[in-house]
Amino acid sequence: MSDWLREFGNVLLETLRAVTPIVMMLVLFQVLVIRKPLPNPRRILVGFVYVLLGVALFLEGLKMALFPVGDLMAKQLTAPEFLGAAHHAGSVHWHTYIWVYLFAGSIGFATTLAEPALIAVALKAAEVSAGAINPWGLRLAVACGAAFGLALGTFRIVTGTDLYLYIVTGYVVVVIQTALAPRMIVGLAYDSGGVTTSTVTVPIVTALGLGLASAVPGRNPLADGFGLIAFTCLFPIISVLGYAQIAAWQTRRNRQTDNHD
Amino acid sequence: MWLKPRPVAYIWHNRFLRQLFSSMLDLVPVVAVILFFQILVIQQPIPEAGRFVSGMLLVVLGLTFFVQGLNLGLFPLGESMAHAFARKGSVLWLLVFAFALGFGTTVAEPALIAVADEAARIAEEGGAIAASDESRKSYALGLRIAVALSVGFAVVIGVIRIVRGWPLPYVIIAGYIGVVIMTAFAPREIIGIAYDSGGVTTSTITVPLVTALGVGLSSSIRGRNPMIDGFGLIAFASLMPMIFVMGYGMIL
Repeated sequence: MSDWLREFGNVLLETLRAVTPIVMMLVLFQVLVIRKPLPNPRRILVGFVYVLLGVALFLEGLKMALFPVGDLMAKQLTAPEFLGAAHHAGSVHWHTYIWVYLFAGSIGFATTLAEPALIAVALKAAEVSAGAINPWGLRLAVACGAAFGLALGTFRIVTGTDLYLYIVTGYVVVVIQTALAPRMIVGLAYDSGGVTTSTVTVPIVTALGLGLASAVPGRNPLADGFGLIAFTCLFPIISVLGYAQIAAWQTRRNRQTDNHD
Repeated sequence: MWLKPRPVAYIWHNRFLRQLFSSMLDLVPVVAVILFFQILVIQQPIPEAGRFVSGMLLVVLGLTFFVQGLNLGLFPLGESMAHAFARKGSVLWLLVFAFALGFGTTVAEPALIAVADEAARIAEEGGAIAASDESRKSYALGLRIAVALSVGFAVVIGVIRIVRGWPLPYVIIAGYIGVVIMTAFAPREIIGIAYDSGGVTTSTITVPLVTALGVGLSSSIRGRNPMIDGFGLIAFASLMPMIFVMGYGMIL
């Protein structure tokens, strides 16, 4: 127990260190530039303590539960013994690693749903849109995008194709979708790309990328292991824009059938 | 719910319990995926199952506190500061604040520190920098500062966009074009890191603050719609580091 407390204390200190510059900056601006008392200062202080405590507990829990298991699973799934004889034949077939793609997709889906930054943005979007955007719907759309992105990203590592080809194609798709999607969703969709990858997803995804790149013959973990995070940022934009397009299309169709009645 | 309306003191508990329950639901998929793959595909037991369970409970508790604190502290603070700046009417101070917020939340970000160290190792192995502890440290620090500057710069551009009412897609597409052009010129080994650094800058504490800033600003400036104009700051903060990191790789 005392070991655990010391460990938790370290994580709390680490979080505190990351937060201190932000808090100092906020206080400085509040006192020197805005020069007006905050409404509800005590409530805000309590909120900050909660956030700090929450992030520290969250990180500590991830370190205990998720990261070691995720790391181990990434290693086990890419180990030659697990992949079987196909691996020893010398040539690598992309379908040898089918379980890796499935694992990458499902763990990407699941960790994105648990990502606190995404929860924050979804809550804000529901509030700003007066409930028109369902936080769960948004999070599911983002998680689907992240899942697809990760599965494709692991496929890229296995096949060794160039990263920028995928990213540039993704950009083109985003630009086309932006022209067609309802204007209201565009900003939120762009933002949902950035928020998928923070506390939970990055360490697991990095472990997977590096593990895979060192297991696949002919890949170099240093050169090929990166890039998965970029995939996890890009595809949620596409899936959220797509989700909004489908929703808008359905509303239009319903309105049309109503008019016919 | 199972708790009937009661004095104020109980409402907090009720909300806390509800949040605890919904945090638990948030984590069900992660546990399900791990169990499915570990038991059915890999066919191995979970190592240290007790530690796994207690860690997951901590995650649930942490998520609950975080969401409570978000609504009590981070969101109201970010929005009240945005309103105050809008009322004050000084664009210069607003931009200084925007830069400080972007820079300050990024420079100490643990995920960024990890990626910068990794990048320094790659640069050393690739022969881009001298093979010594010192040059590696200075490379990593330079990279961190480049990313933090780029995020500060990104929030500034995003805020100018909200104040001026520029359409978001144009600015983002210009950013994409910038990334594509830089990709053509940047050294190949930096590209993966550059693309990834866009994702790691937006941390759990940055996101709520920056989102509240955008939404608060666009709801207090006349003629702006918080839904159309308020979002997009995070997108800039993920885009700009890619350009800056590739630039950093080209200079060195």
